[in-house]
Amino acid sequence: MGKIKVKKQSTFIDMTAMSDVTVLLLTFFMLTATFLPKEPVQVLTPASVSERKISEYNVLTILIDTQGRVFLNLDDDNAKKSVLQLMGQDYGITFNDKQVRSFIEQSHIGVPMSRMSAFLDMPLSAQDEEIKKMGVPTDSTNNQLTRWVKHAREIGGDNMQIAIKSDQTTPYPDVDKVMKILVAMKENRYSLVTTLKKMPEGL
Amino acid sequence: MASIETGGGEEKKGKPKKQTLRVDFTPMVDMNMLLITFFMFCTTLSKPQVMDIAMPTNEKLNEDEEVKVKESKAITLILGENDKVYYYTGIPNYEDYTTLKETDFSPEGLRALLLDRNKTIVAKMKELKQEKFVTNKKMSDEEFQARSKEIKGDKDGQVVVIKPTADANYANLVDALDEMQICSIDKYAIVDMTEGDQFLLENLKTKGAYGAQAAPPKK
Repeated sequence: MGKIKVKKQSTFIDMTAMSDVTVLLLTFFMLTATFLPKEPVQVLTPASVSERKISEYNVLTILIDTQGRVFLNLDDDNAKKSVLQLMGQDYGITFNDKQVRSFIEQSHIGVPMSRMSAFLDMPLSAQDEEIKKMGVPTDSTNNQLTRWVKHAREIGGDNMQIAIKSDQTTPYPDVDKVMKILVAMKENRYSLVTTLKKMPEGL
Repeated sequence: MASIETGGGEEKKGKPKKQTLRVDFTPMVDMNMLLITFFMFCTTLSKPQVMDIAMPTNEKLNEDEEVKVKESKAITLILGENDKVYYYTGIPNYEDYTTLKETDFSPEGLRALLLDRNKTIVAKMKELKQEKFVTNKKMSDEEFQARSKEIKGDKDGQVVVIKPTADANYANLVDALDEMQICSIDKYAIVDMTEGDQFLLENLKTKGAYGAQAAPPKK
């Protein structure tokens, strides 16, 4: 009936200050943070006391997962496009514009050349599922990794750095294979991506 | 919640009464919180750390170019399964199965061993670090790097040969390289296992039984 009226208590807390701070925080994050690259597989890198930071530009990252699958990430989009064209020439495949754009949007390279055209025609979400199962071939009969790195070096020049990012539990032979492939190409200097560990006391 | 009142209650004779407008900012603060949460999860302010390594080339060196190392300064680490590390110093004695010893990656294991063998250089590095961080704060980074390189490149420093086995994992290799940095050892190399090392490893695991049957490898 409504005879009994509950007295509405209106509490007015002035939230101006809080919204002000949140807007500031938001602006700060939007302007300074860099997006984490989306990786086909998440890896947990081992810890090391090395404090050297990876350089921002012109880095070729070789991602090795726990099964030994190899994925490449090149941060420069133009370089990626040129490398794809060169690889296409090597294997006699031409890529149309849509495929090239799809290639650039996909963060990592991880498909054998024979499946590349079909892969690039798939929508991005389907690509993410597929790429996890494949990886760049590294066996001696079909060593596409060498070609990718060679072309990346040609395009990237001498300033390009190579970084190897792998999981803690990846068996050593898988990483060794990649390192030997690099040494065979005369790429002797590269970096290993690690997480930071504190230097032990007294040293 | 957050609201702003416009106008006011000022009443003037003859003028229509201003109505107070309440603008509710709750959705805006809500959106801000959501956006901040999104950015906190998807972005990072710190760049990942890297550890540089330089591998030896495949080209064969001439006899005179190969560096001769004193036996007392050389130690070979064999990275085995389950985070175990085996080592021998200098040239191993294939007749005796105890030339290969076992240790692990704990501070009392490998690190204690390497610090002990590299005592003089570690002491000098400690002095240099003391100088940089405590007494002479004006020392530039380049000078620090140059001087540490000089100390670590001392002819009497330890030379470490790291041989990972097929049972080791990537974390073992990175830990071994990390110990090099912690113990101030600049002269190290990552190479493959040889037959001799395999022999020593089998021998140690079987406590000499393997060596009794199989022939030791030719030097």
